[in-house]
Formats: sequence, structure tokens, C-alpha cells
Amino acid sequence: MAFGAIFVPDFSLQAAGRSEPEIRNRPLVLVDGPSPMFRVMAVNHLASRIGVTPGLTKAAAAEFQGVEIRPLRKELEEAAHAALLDAAWSVSPRVEDTAIDTVLIDLAGLTTLFRSYENIAQQIKFRCSALGLDVHVAISTNVETARVLARAFPGPTIVPDGQETASLKALPVALLSPAVELAEVFRQWGVTTCGSLAALPVLSLSECVGQEGVRLHGIASGKGNRSLSIAEPAHLFEETLELDDAVEELEPLSFLLGRLLDQLCARLSSRALAVRAIQLQLDLEPRFENAFDSREFLRKIKLPETFHCSLVLPRPVEDAKLLLKLLRLRLEANPPKAPIQKLRMRAEPDRPTALQGGLFLPAIPDPDKLELTLARIAAVVGESNVGSPELQDSHHPDAFRMQKFSVPSPASSFNLSVPEEAADSKISFRSVRPPLPANVTFQGGRPIRISFQGKRWNVLQASGPWRASGQWWEEHNWQEDAWDLELDLAGRTPARAVYCIVFDSLQKKWFVRGSYD
Amino acid sequence: MRSSTASLRLHIESTLAGRIPSPFRLREAAPPPVVPTGIAALDELVGGLPRGGLTEIYGPPCAGKTSILHSALASRTRSEVCALIDAQDAFDPHSSEASGVYLPRLLWARCHGLEQAFRCVDLVLHGGGFGLVALDIADAPVRLVRQVPLNVWFRLRRAVEDTPTVLLVLSQEPNAKTCASLVLRLGREAAQWSVRTRKTEPTTFHTPACLLDGSAYSAEIVRSVLRYKKPRFIDQPALVGNSFEATVRFQMNADRYDLKETTYTTFLPQQEEQQEERMQDPA
Repeated sequence: MAFGAIFVPDFSLQAAGRSEPEIRNRPLVLVDGPSPMFRVMAVNHLASRIGVTPGLTKAAAAEFQGVEIRPLRKELEEAAHAALLDAAWSVSPRVEDTAIDTVLIDLAGLTTLFRSYENIAQQIKFRCSALGLDVHVAISTNVETARVLARAFPGPTIVPDGQETASLKALPVALLSPAVELAEVFRQWGVTTCGSLAALPVLSLSECVGQEGVRLHGIASGKGNRSLSIAEPAHLFEETLELDDAVEELEPLSFLLGRLLDQLCARLSSRALAVRAIQLQLDLEPRFENAFDSREFLRKIKLPETFHCSLVLPRPVEDAKLLLKLLRLRLEANPPKAPIQKLRMRAEPDRPTALQGGLFLPAIPDPDKLELTLARIAAVVGESNVGSPELQDSHHPDAFRMQKFSVPSPASSFNLSVPEEAADSKISFRSVRPPLPANVTFQGGRPIRISFQGKRWNVLQASGPWRASGQWWEEHNWQEDAWDLELDLAGRTPARAVYCIVFDSLQKKWFVRGSYD
Repeated sequence: MRSSTASLRLHIESTLAGRIPSPFRLREAAPPPVVPTGIAALDELVGGLPRGGLTEIYGPPCAGKTSILHSALASRTRSEVCALIDAQDAFDPHSSEASGVYLPRLLWARCHGLEQAFRCVDLVLHGGGFGLVALDIADAPVRLVRQVPLNVWFRLRRAVEDTPTVLLVLSQEPNAKTCASLVLRLGREAAQWSVRTRKTEPTTFHTPACLLDGSAYSAEIVRSVLRYKKPRFIDQPALVGNSFEATVRFQMNADRYDLKETTYTTFLPQQEEQQEERMQDPA
């Protein structure tokens, strides 16, 4: 049995670099502390090369040219930790969440899949790199040995069975993370390396420093094995981005959204999942105009502090670019009312669906492309004006509702049999929405003349009335008399046209509902 | 001279051997595949709606454009996915379902104006995968439709070219000009009413067209890439029984009653009777 350890060096810096990839190759400083006394908490190697050291004030760090200063953010660290766990779960289901920057993996049986431990280590590094993390990897039959070696060397470090003690011998005791008092005792004893600690007699060590010393002795000698505390795979995929300067326009916002979507899609992809829905929460910049407004009623108006936008997809999507286009179209149609300070994006995961077309099946729109086309059409005509019509169970002649258009899977029976009654050619009705107001002249109980749209026509033939009503139990009830009229369109070709007109008994008005075309 | 021409020809053929198999042979373009409109008489005349081409059906109001559209949609939605770009929101789902349109496979964009309609049809054509895309601008003001630049029609033709999509445009006047693969002019001939002498009482509630039994229409081919007229010199008299029959009459019925049980009272004016006679004897 073997164990792997993944360690993220400079975790806070990497978490910050993961959210802003462009600052990775610049001198980066993280500051934290009570405002306004911010202190430098972490520096990357480029910043330390130009002289920035932890403990400096933010003002002092800002004196150095080209230094990027970012606040230490817990949300970024949590997101980076979740990404680290996702990378570990993509390799093995048995993962221990050891620390925020360290995870341990049970590699039992994985050599049949990856062939060798070297391949496993390379895969772990590659997958973490895809999620924006540069990690140390170590593999050993002893779980603690793997953990210590991962902290010590960039790796990949693979310890042959039985070589644990030798591999740890030269490493400093500080890598075992002893308590402060214990570290001081070891320093006074002159025990600086794991080899010197392993050489101490266990009984005497127990008498002097207690069980903690014995535990560290076991780790230093490569014998302190233990079982993993397995973590349950999380199904929460969330990324957060807090901005120093609020974003007002859609263009820079879509750039940030793209970054979050890239991270989420990479995490989901590492777990062989896709996005079923996206929940976007934007924290808006508080407005102060209201507070200073002299008009009382304006001061009482509560301005929204957050903006929510959700995107539900008919099928799981893995393409971050497609999701960005859909989100962008959604935000263009309904933009936030104030500058944005913080972005929080949550993805609802689902198993990706595989579609296979058939050689003898008709071509159907690509589901991803269709989703984008529908969103673009919705941006032009409005979301309620695109879809497929669904007839409602009502006697009203124009009762239907729009439902979201989706393509049936090619596997389902696509070719429908043509019903007998549909095989005949049928005259079709053409609606006028909204119905046109009309004036109708009657003679002997039959309409003889009609005028609408500023024109007057003689009625050649008339059939009706057909009285209909419905929904009398509701507020929006209807009651009408319908007539079919053949009009003499003098001077036009064809000279005749057949229209359907209705008399709304509630409004006491005539309307042209449509024509038979 | 002949030998030099032959050698030149051989040289050109050998140079282009890898790219063009036979450069001096006139290649006949294969006729585009067609789909039926669902109206037998019309299919017999025009051969069907060409895939990868623009078909324009025009005519005045109540000339049967919508009936052909519904018939074509009914035919296509049985096996394919279709889209209807409705410039004036005139589509009636109840009537279309009665015509046999399978509504779940119909994408309906309810536009408000020509600009929206042309943007939508462009998006749908570039999205791809639709068997039939219909652009209904029949109710749009003729004055505005005339102002649509010709390059818009060229762009639509280019978008649909080399695809299995049928692009069907309904309008009051011909607009696409040479961009259209098939242009049909429609006209209405007669309406049939049966309310006065109906033998059977209607058992259904009122719906549109329950009082109207049907209507006759005529269709004329104005332009078609599928069929060509025989060339005729000016001084040559028109042939009696021309092999290219460009006009057809067809009947569309209302869907509510069994027409076999109904006695019609048809209101055909005198001029329509004369037209019928003309149809029997084209000379």
C-alpha cells in the first residue's frame, strides 16, 4: 500500500495568484491586519528578491517599485483548497483533508490504472497545474513520510519501500511541525535533523518530552504510520472574487466572469462533471447619494445591495466560453443597477451527457450552439417571445403559452407517423395581434360593411354569429360573437379576402382577429 | 496547329491533374435535393422546396401563403426541427396544429418588426441544424420590405447555401430577386361556404374556420432553378400545350367538418367561372 501527499507551497500567495493569473510573475505581497495598520504577511520570491520582507507595513511595502499588494482573503484560500481537493479526488476517491495546504491520497490499486507511481505523481502535478496550483508531490508507503517529504521537496519524490528513514535523515526537524515548546527543547538539545531525532532512545524521549515527542520520533524514523481519515467528496463548486475597485461596465465584468467560469469548469472537469446551472451573486457598491438626499422619501428607498442572476441549462455544459456568452447575454438584457464590488459564482454539477448522431437520422441543431442561438434571439425579441408554442386546455381561440425550445435526442424516435387528418391540405388562419379595432355596419341582422385601419370594405358573404365565452369564474373572463366575413377588396388582387371578426360582449367593441390565408 | 492545341491541352491537363480531374469537361450542377410542401398539386408543379436555397412565396393577403407554410411545416416537423421567424407575430398555433404541425419541434420567434426578423433569421441560419427556416414578412408594410437592401438577401442565400436547410420567405411582393432558387406567386380564386345548407349540425364549439369550408388558390412559378422554360424566339408563336406548365390550382379545406356530408353553396362569381374555362383551355 502506498500513499501520496500533495503540498501547496506559499498557499496564500498561490490562492491569490489563482484568481489573478497575471500577478503570478510579478513581485506579490499579501497584507493583513487591523485597518489601517496593515502588515505584510506573505511575499513571493520575486518580492523577497527586491527586499520586501514579512512584517513590513503596507506603506513601506508600497515603496518598492512594481510590487503588487493584495489583501489576504479567506475566500480565495477556501476556493484554492476546494480546487486542491478536486484535483486529489480526480485521482483517487480516498482522500484525507489534512490541512488547508496539504492533502493525502490513498494510492492503493492505482498502479493498474496509471502503470507506475511516477505516472501518478506526474498526473497529480498536471491536474493541480490545470487548476492553477503549483504543488509538491511525494509518494511513500508511509503516509507521514510522504507528507514530510512533500513539504521538503518540489518532487515528484518517490520513496522506495524500506528507504523511509534514509530519505528523512537529512531533513530539518521543523518540517515535522513540532509545538513551539518542543521545538525549543530540540534546539537546546542540538537536535536539528530528523536523523538526529530518530537516533534518540524512545524511552528516554518519552520521559523527557512525553507522547508528542514519541510521535515525532516515529515520524522522523519513518515508522509513524497511520490510517487516513477519509473526506467525503464535496458537491459545492463555488468561486469568489472581491475587487479593490468596483466594476461598472459589462466588458471588464465579463473578463472577470470568464476567469471564474474557467476555474469552475476546470474543477468540474477534473471530477468528470459538467455545469447544469450557474448562480451568480454580485455584491453591489453601496450608494451614498440617498443618505445625503434632503428628500425624505428618497432616503427611505432601500437600494439593492446584491444582484442575482441564474442560468439554468437544458443539458450539462462543459465549455466555459459558451457559459460566458450565455451569462453575458443574460446580463446585457438585465444589467446590475450599481457598480460591482464582489462576485460569487456557484455551479450546480451534473454528469455530462454524450450525444451520438446517426448516419441515417436527420441533422438536428447542436445543443450547445442552439442554447447560444436561443439566448441571442431572446436578447433581440425578448425571452418570452422565443420558444415553441404549447396549446392550452381552453376554449379561447388564441390560448397558448410559450415554452422553452429544446431538441429531442436523436436516439428517440425522431420520425413521427403522419396522422390521417393531417395529411389533407387545410386552410390556415393568420392572427392579428393585438386584434384590430373595427367598425361594423349591420343591415337586417347581418354585417354589410366593415372598416378598420382607416379603410372601408363591403361584405360579400357573412357567416355567424358564433357565440363563445369562457373563464367566467375568473377575473379575466371573455365572451364574444365571431363572424367570418368575405370582403370585397375593390381595386386589389385578389378581389376578395376572408376575415374573422369578433364582437367582444364585455367591451362592447368589434375587433378583427385574423384572416384565412 | 492541331497538334500544338492538343499538346497545350495535354500540358494543362497534366498541370492541373492533382487538383481538377478534367478541366475541359463542363460539369453539370446536380439539382438540389427537395422536400415536399405537403400539397400534392403544388409538389407536382414545382418539384418541392429546394434544400440549401431560398424559396420565396409571395402574394396578396388571403392568397394561401400561410396555408402553404403550415403544410410545409407539417411535412418537415415530422422528421426535422424547424424554425419560424414571425415578423408581425401572425402565427396561429391552433391552426398550425390542426394542419399537422408538430409544435414541440418548431422554434417560433415572435418579432416586432423587420429588423428583429432579419437579425433572428441570420442567427438561426448560422446556428444550423434546422430542416426548414421560414421568414414570414407577409404582414410587414410593403414600403419597408422594399427598402431591405439586396445584399441582405444575398447574405441569407450565402448562409443557407451548402446546408440541408430550406429557407422559405413569405411576402406580399417579390424581394429576393435572383437570390431565390424558387419564386412562387399565389392568388386566391374562390371561397366555399356551407353554413346555409349544412346537413349535419356542428358538434364542436366555435373555432376559426368552422363556418368556412375551404378556398381555392392558384400558384404560378415565377423563377425556379429546378425547372427551366424552353427558350422561345420573339417571332415564334407560343406553343399550345407548352411542356412547362407554370400554374396550378389547389384546394385548401377547413378542418372542422367532414366535407363528404356537406352540401356546398359555393359563391363563384361569373368571372371565376370564366377563369375556370381558361384553365381548361390554355390556348
